[in-house]
Amino acid sequence: MITIKDYKKASSLEEAYELNQKRTNRIIGGMLWTKMSSANINTAIDISGLGLDKIEENDNEFIIGAMTTLRDIETHKGFDLYTDGAAKEALHHIVGVQFRNLATVGGSVFGRYGFSDVITLFLSLDTYVQLYKGGIIPLAQFINMPYDRDILVNIIVKKEKIRCAYKSVRITKTDFPVLACSAALTKSGVRMVFGARPGKAVLLTDAENIIDGEITEENAEQFAAFAKENIKTGSNMRGSAEYRSHLVSVLAKRILMDMGGLEK
Amino acid sequence: MIVTITLNGKKIQRDIAPDTVLLDFVRNEGCKSVKRGCDTSNCGLCTVFIDDKPALSCSVLAMRADGRKVTTLEGLQTEAEEFGAFLADQGAEQCGFCNPGLIMNAIALFRENPEPNENEIKEFLAGNLCRCSGYEGQMRAILNFIEWRKQR
Repeated sequence: MITIKDYKKASSLEEAYELNQKRTNRIIGGMLWTKMSSANINTAIDISGLGLDKIEENDNEFIIGAMTTLRDIETHKGFDLYTDGAAKEALHHIVGVQFRNLATVGGSVFGRYGFSDVITLFLSLDTYVQLYKGGIIPLAQFINMPYDRDILVNIIVKKEKIRCAYKSVRITKTDFPVLACSAALTKSGVRMVFGARPGKAVLLTDAENIIDGEITEENAEQFAAFAKENIKTGSNMRGSAEYRSHLVSVLAKRILMDMGGLEK
Repeated sequence: MIVTITLNGKKIQRDIAPDTVLLDFVRNEGCKSVKRGCDTSNCGLCTVFIDDKPALSCSVLAMRADGRKVTTLEGLQTEAEEFGAFLADQGAEQCGFCNPGLIMNAIALFRENPEPNENEIKEFLAGNLCRCSGYEGQMRAILNFIEWRKQR
């Protein structure tokens, strides 16, 4: 359980940043995961009053505030359209509506959890994180950085011409995935991400140029074999490494067939 | 710390510990329909509305609700009784412990989507667990309720 001695609703990012430099203080996102931990928090820093709970869309990008709830992303029409429904597919399995009305994208991304559907989804898009002091950096770089005391302000998704899809395997509905797969077919080729391996999500690009032009059942199978060979999996209570590696090839093929309009 | 919340239409101000979760706050105010079923943010039994959106009160600090509107089943008597009667007609639940959370979230569903299909119902209510039943009775009750409302 957690205990909190003091609670401060920050009136600016600078104030939140200053407070967050003390190791015993902590920024509270949706608090879903924090609540499950055991910690004595000196000051809980609330950044919910800083207007970071909105999704802005312009011609070039989506700017998603760190305090935007997963439910607001799931139900955002522009983002749903842009991701061909992949965003909704990634998020709607996460526990329930009441949970997703609290869980924030900032909490999910800053936590860099291995099981994260959220990171798996965003990593397949051209996504950047905007940190208060650290500036704008690619999500792929951010998820491998050590935890620090900076503040995640926005998630930025650069628009490009893409087709997207998301698939996951779960033992039961609303559980963490056994394996999650998100993919984007871009002008420069396929970007495919595997999450819940159970380690942190990893990005696989088509280094061998297997999907050259249209997707066919044959090249989808070749890419699936390539993915199985290159994605490292591990074991935990939800599945063995061997099972996950099998799922890598199954989901890779299905997701390509889906994006290619060939799914049976 | 001083918190001001409009609970079921009544504005109240209380001095609370910073780590008080909303569930304990509303129970202390007499809203005993709100219960802690799992404490792992999974069962949906502690569902309340914060500014009309369903949320898990076990997982949010009462301070987060400062200046906001919180609604529990006690504040939704008419809607709850209407729908609850359909659940009772089906004998949908055995022990009834999960009932308040299910009714709250079902009301949220009906407000957002007045005529949901079975898949939409299952999806919206996936975060409400019942360990007695297989949800068949609840599904019949929801479908009957929607039909009744259409014909009203």
